[in-house]
Amino acid sequence: MVACRAEIPCSTGVPPVVFGDMGVSPGYQSGSRAGRRCHSEPRAGRPCYRDSRAGRPCYMGVRFLFGALVLLAFPIHTNLAQIKIGAVTCLTGALSTFGVSSIQGAKLAVADTNAAGGLLGQPVELIVEDNGSRAGEAATITRKFIAQDKVVAILGDLTSSATMEAAPLAQAAKVPLLTPSATNIAITKIGDYIFRSCFIDAFTGKIIARFALDRLKAKQAIILTDVKQDYSVGLSDVIRQYFTENGGKITNTISYSSGDTDFRPQLTEVRIARPDVVFLPGYYTEAALILLQARQLGIVCPIVGGEGWDSPALVQIAGKSADGNYYTNHFSAADPSPRVQKFVQTYYAKYNSLPDALAALWYDGARLLFEAVQRARSTDPASIRDALASTRDFDGVTGRISIDQNRNASKPGVILEIENGETKMVQEVTP
Amino acid sequence: MSRGPLSLILALAVCLVVSLFGENFIASKFAYYYDILITIGINIILATSLNLVNGYTGQFSLGHAGFMAIGAYASASWSNHLDPIILGMLGGPGNPLATNVGLFVSMFFAGILAAIAGFGVGVPSLRLKGDYLAIVTLGFGEIIRVAILNTDFLGASRRLSVTGSYTTLFWTYGSVVLCIYVVLGLVHSTYGRGFVTVRDDEVAADAMGINTTKYKVLAFVIASFFAGIAGALYAHFKAFLTPEGFNFFRSVDVVVIVILGGMGSTVGVTVAAVLLTILPEALRALAHTQFVPPAYQGLLENRLILYSLLLIVLMLTRPQGLFGDRGASRKRLSRSRGD
Amino acid sequence: MDRLIEILQQLVNGVSLGSIYALIALGYTMVYGVLRFINFAHGDVYMLGAYAGYLLAPLFAHIFKFGEFDTFTPENTLFILSGAGLIMILSMAICAVIGVLIERIAYRPLRERPRLNVLITAIGVSLFLQNMTQYRLGANPKAFPQLIPVHVVEGLGNLTVLTSQLAIIISTIILLIVLRFIVMKTKIGLAMRALSLNPTACSIMGVNNDVVISFTFALGSALAAAAGILVSMDSPSINPLMGNLPGIKAFVAAVLGGIGNIPGAALGGLIIGILETLVIAIGFPQWRDGIAFAVLIVILLFKPTGILGRVEREKV
Repeated sequence: MVACRAEIPCSTGVPPVVFGDMGVSPGYQSGSRAGRRCHSEPRAGRPCYRDSRAGRPCYMGVRFLFGALVLLAFPIHTNLAQIKIGAVTCLTGALSTFGVSSIQGAKLAVADTNAAGGLLGQPVELIVEDNGSRAGEAATITRKFIAQDKVVAILGDLTSSATMEAAPLAQAAKVPLLTPSATNIAITKIGDYIFRSCFIDAFTGKIIARFALDRLKAKQAIILTDVKQDYSVGLSDVIRQYFTENGGKITNTISYSSGDTDFRPQLTEVRIARPDVVFLPGYYTEAALILLQARQLGIVCPIVGGEGWDSPALVQIAGKSADGNYYTNHFSAADPSPRVQKFVQTYYAKYNSLPDALAALWYDGARLLFEAVQRARSTDPASIRDALASTRDFDGVTGRISIDQNRNASKPGVILEIENGETKMVQEVTP
Repeated sequence: MSRGPLSLILALAVCLVVSLFGENFIASKFAYYYDILITIGINIILATSLNLVNGYTGQFSLGHAGFMAIGAYASASWSNHLDPIILGMLGGPGNPLATNVGLFVSMFFAGILAAIAGFGVGVPSLRLKGDYLAIVTLGFGEIIRVAILNTDFLGASRRLSVTGSYTTLFWTYGSVVLCIYVVLGLVHSTYGRGFVTVRDDEVAADAMGINTTKYKVLAFVIASFFAGIAGALYAHFKAFLTPEGFNFFRSVDVVVIVILGGMGSTVGVTVAAVLLTILPEALRALAHTQFVPPAYQGLLENRLILYSLLLIVLMLTRPQGLFGDRGASRKRLSRSRGD
Repeated sequence: MDRLIEILQQLVNGVSLGSIYALIALGYTMVYGVLRFINFAHGDVYMLGAYAGYLLAPLFAHIFKFGEFDTFTPENTLFILSGAGLIMILSMAICAVIGVLIERIAYRPLRERPRLNVLITAIGVSLFLQNMTQYRLGANPKAFPQLIPVHVVEGLGNLTVLTSQLAIIISTIILLIVLRFIVMKTKIGLAMRALSLNPTACSIMGVNNDVVISFTFALGSALAAAAGILVSMDSPSINPLMGNLPGIKAFVAAVLGGIGNIPGAALGGLIIGILETLVIAIGFPQWRDGIAFAVLIVILLFKPTGILGRVEREKV
């Protein structure tokens, strides 16, 4: 093909701007060669192949658009003889490991229920959607569940932020929504169709402070708060309030941010202060490093945290430094009770790994929801809502669950101690 | 009346009629599609405004989400605090006139605030070029986000709920129409020549006496204004804001749309915005069908992997995007006026 | 005396942090020197270096007995160091190859094109690397295996310096000396310096520009990988997004020192590291990331060529 352009390629038809010339002498790009000139006119008298393509609208884009619209219009779920429950969680993105655990627990519950005959004689279909750990997606998915899939209830979301997005929509459409793991207190205040099957931060904070006062006999404490995470800030407030109300003294509150990897500046302060106990109500991603670096710096007092610590990676990363510390949790895989062990075994058989607290919570949440539908004896949202609200002493792997008048769960928690790299149940606390 | 303003008024009227009669019907019966429609509108506004800066003026800004955040939080705070007063004065929350006026005022406030921020960020940054400008705008976007994260008044790491008026199709698409009108109007005027000239060869422009700083800052401020409006619409639609929703990846989302559409082509950018809003939802639907083996389902739903591949492939094969050849250039602009 | 110890302590923390930034910044600055282009994906090569170490270490675990030693003793020091050194060198080699591949596939075809295109491609590559790693290896943090025993160094009194911090500082010094040797005393280093001055003249003089550019990428990526391994020895938690923030801060360090200037990058890294530690020590830990951006804005507004950069006229 004969060159029809007058100058050097400039594929956009738009002259290149010379970037990066920050007062530095022209380097690779400038100069006569690659240059700034770029004509879009063809040479005189010569038909230009490129010209005949340039200027035509790009049908590629239109074709893509058409294809996408067709896909979207397709009703995917046409099987009417099933009870549809929508589940939304973070399957990809930063929180994907949590999301995957949670959905595995939920799917196990569905499998168990279907094996036992289903709900109201029909199999349960769990429609799983991923919010990608991004803001804004949960709302879209909820609308899809309500309008497109026409689910009878929604299970989700994993995090408090996503649930806060989804709940108002579910409430407005009068579709019951149950979150098995979002702990922020404002969620259930949104409306009477919103339920929660785990305990809230207020309860966790109380357990932690109580444990420090009674078991560890702590008088002075320091709180390390993750200022970027609402969970940590909220829990810190509860701990501080309860601890000080019951005779303890918080000598200092030191902040860190999730994403940090070096906590020595903060821990140096802790070392100087020599508290009886350190509260660390954050996520395991930072807690693991904090435990490690604390021991390296010579801090010997026990460190107590919340369920955000729950992950095998905590002990892997912190190694021996994790020993001798405590945290609260919803569930312990080492709990000898037969119900828990059966769950652990079936989970292991299906997924080849031990269930963590999230898997257990979602397993319980899903089963609680199904049981409510069973009790309601219909798929009418209002009846399901009433059945949920009247749940009492539901026997879950995370304990006996009752839904209280604020639609939160009243259930026990456990305190675990880390010893030799394994967690040991120290105490079970009932509300 | 000349053709331009007439078509604007016509388009606005169409939006108003559709919204008045169809809004509630669509919102309840087709809530999912309604969601997508509004998101498309918001993305079009973001993309066309960024196109003004990146495409027509050639300044690579990576901080657009920061201005959207300012707009969102500003309008959210305004609505939360001042709406009760405004709504009270005009007849209460049930009164459609009251809610619409409340929303309009809130959006306008958001846009103005974002524009001021755009001015504040633009004036020092726009003397930089290329890579540096990209990093500095990225930095400003992150600083804005971190500042919001640390501000208790705006909810900090908790989120901010929005009460009061809610976005409607009219406001969304009305803003879309207005944004496109303003951008196209600017481009096909002397300002447009100025923008394109700055993009083509800044040194030559300076030498010819064109105030390049003025044009760059002007483009930036207008883009920020509309980003703020988009943020306000978003805030009143999702009714719930977290600082994480306005991070670097959000800026990248908009940049991908602009690049796919072709920098310097409003039509292209609009089509790309529609495409890239529908695409994730279509992929979600696709992932549920039987055609896709489960191993790849996660890949389909992983938007960022696809976007990054799209960026790389686009740059290697068709850097002008879908409609880039039809974009603005000095030649085209001079042709349109017949001189 | 206590005050002095505390200041010294924070200084050590700052220098150790700054060394990491310096190593990454060197990659940015060298690539900018030869190509006038900011490699957005450089921070992710740092991340890949850490992951390379994570994946390689189990293969050599029983040979070098990683994790089984508790302290350094005169007998086992050489053995431990050789084990850690091997992992580091292997990881550097792998990342050098990755760096060259990225340059070949994504950047070289775009050399004649406007700079904006390459910038966008770099962003695409960076996002791709992060998300692919997230997808294939999981988004949650992984425990980096313990290559050297980490404990407080004896004999320094109240000053708490960890063996890992000492390793970082010493390794950085060694790597800087090696780099200086390569750049100043070898032919390829001479070619790199020539290329950064005038590429056209370079190719006229018989230098194969492509080879030199690939070598530059390889060198920069190797240094980033070394930084990844060193930092993981110190904070043994790696995740796919760990390259983001250090990448940006290292870029700021490179600009601070004068982009294109190798000693400048090292200096810039140290300054940023010390500044960041200072900000935390004063009591504003949530602004530790913001300080880097603040420095960037200030330096670009007032002295864009950086501390050690030269002012050059723009010719048109």
